[in-house]
Amino acid sequence: MEYLVATAVGTLTAVGIYMILRGRTFPVVLGTALLSYAVNVLLFSMGRLVIDRPPILLLELEHYTDPLPQALVLTAIVISFGMTALVVVLALRAYLESGSDHVDGEAAEGGNRE
Amino acid sequence: MNHWILVPIILPSLAAPLIVLAARQDIVLQRCFSISSTAGMLAVSLFLLGQAISGPPQLYELGNWPSPFGIVMVLDRLSAMMVTLTSLLALLVLLYAIQAWDTRGRHFHALFQFQLMGLAGAFLTGDLFNLFVFFEVLLIASYGLMLHGAGAERLSAGFQYVVINLAGSTLFLVAVGTIYAVTGTVNMADLAVRVPLVPEADQGLLRTGGLLLLVVFAIKGALVPLHFWLPRTYAAASAPVAALFAIMTKVGAYSIIRVFTLIFGDGAGEVAWLAQPWLIPAALATMTLGMIGVVAARSLRWLICFATVGSMGTLLAAIGVFNSEALAGGLYYLLHSTLIVAVLFLIADQVAQRRGDHGDSLASASSYPQMGLLAGFFFLAAIAMVGMPPLSGFVGKLLILDSVRASSYGPWIWAFVLGTSVLALLGFARAGSQLFWKPSALPAGEAVQEEVALLPLIAIALLLSGIVALTAFSGPVTAFLYATADQLIDPADYIAAVLNSRPVPAQGL
Repeated sequence: MEYLVATAVGTLTAVGIYMILRGRTFPVVLGTALLSYAVNVLLFSMGRLVIDRPPILLLELEHYTDPLPQALVLTAIVISFGMTALVVVLALRAYLESGSDHVDGEAAEGGNRE
Repeated sequence: MNHWILVPIILPSLAAPLIVLAARQDIVLQRCFSISSTAGMLAVSLFLLGQAISGPPQLYELGNWPSPFGIVMVLDRLSAMMVTLTSLLALLVLLYAIQAWDTRGRHFHALFQFQLMGLAGAFLTGDLFNLFVFFEVLLIASYGLMLHGAGAERLSAGFQYVVINLAGSTLFLVAVGTIYAVTGTVNMADLAVRVPLVPEADQGLLRTGGLLLLVVFAIKGALVPLHFWLPRTYAAASAPVAALFAIMTKVGAYSIIRVFTLIFGDGAGEVAWLAQPWLIPAALATMTLGMIGVVAARSLRWLICFATVGSMGTLLAAIGVFNSEALAGGLYYLLHSTLIVAVLFLIADQVAQRRGDHGDSLASASSYPQMGLLAGFFFLAAIAMVGMPPLSGFVGKLLILDSVRASSYGPWIWAFVLGTSVLALLGFARAGSQLFWKPSALPAGEAVQEEVALLPLIAIALLLSGIVALTAFSGPVTAFLYATADQLIDPADYIAAVLNSRPVPAQGL
């Protein structure tokens, strides 16, 4: 299971980094989303990977899974979801205002960069 | 528990929805709410500063959950100072903005208040994950503020700003996760206790986590090579927003000071002073690149943006030495550079408004109304920024240079600080002569602006008098800063305040 999770995080991060280095806004947006997935899975595994254990500390329980990373991931998911929504709107507005979806504002055909 | 510690966070977070919900249509009401909330925040933070000066660090446990398990806020000298600086800057910037700027887009005041909430939270929190959350709060608000007034250039620069900060946030989470994995806590005081106990096998992960945090804070603090976002963002943002953003880079500096003195400080065992070998070279490069940018800039705003980058270099070089004298000098420079960057952005806006089509480009145009006054303002601000006597820039650089003499990095810091000061002097002298000296020889053009807006000029004058006050009272200020730096270098009081607390016993309602 460690191998699977680690590969998933690695692949997501690699693809995410590739995507945010692209020139057009849409791949960049997708890249930030992928990066946030990668980091969510990573955070989740930070309390160690355990199966079938309650996420709560009780005196009679010998094995439990760490509840704190789950709470952290929940916060991180909410924040990254909001951020993705914002960056989509922003990319769209920038495209509509400048006529170009290039991250540096370079003109596509018919674009009007000053 | 001292409930006042929460007020700088609660007050703006209550004012912002009130502005959106109750005063949406009425700009005058919005201004009243916004000003009174910020003024209230300033009053409370001055009160807290008084408490922090006279007593040990104080802890606030939210919901009475015992630390280190619950969320905690900690008030010590540094956090009290930063909150006071933030609210003072915010009040003066607001004074500037309410003349006209806040009507050029919607929800300026609400976003402004949320920004203040995030800033105050970031300075007061005692918890690494909460630092992330408050970073996000202040960033989300800053995205809105940065786009205030819209326009294609602003949107395009805003997109880059958002994406680089999203990448930064991702790295922050990775760093927090890695550190949590090896220590099992995110409470900063608890981390300080546990980091020396991390087993040999996990040292690599701990170092990775710590240095990733440095990368994140370096993005916020615009440290070379992670500074690329800053000039374009600040140049594209509207003037009051750029002036408020002067505190945003300082959030990065604050976080570096906090994390790398408390957690990775003297008591951290193998990872003691983890940041030092990376921070100083990067800071020297930042100084150089920033001041070269000052010489090369073609417009006043870009010149100020690069001066901001350069001043961050000076600040972080002082911090990177990590001894208490250098830290005190760095903190003095932090106070100075926040105020001076803000006032320069506001002056640039006043100049640009009066020059019509020429804007703030560094080309001579015909003279304009109040040129003498603005030239005087610029002259004072430029002297302070460059670090010429007698203003606070000189005092700050002198303190830094004096304190690093014993350090092995001393000669490098001396050479770079003095060399880049000459570059800055050149850049600002050229800008001043293009903008103010040459036009006075040319015939006056027709007045671009009919009526003189007084409030912005008052705001600029007040900010400049802040600089003068910082210079005049540099004795008491440095005495306070030496005590602050001692508290940072030896964080035993801070750790004791957080970890030895007892929850308040429950009382019947």
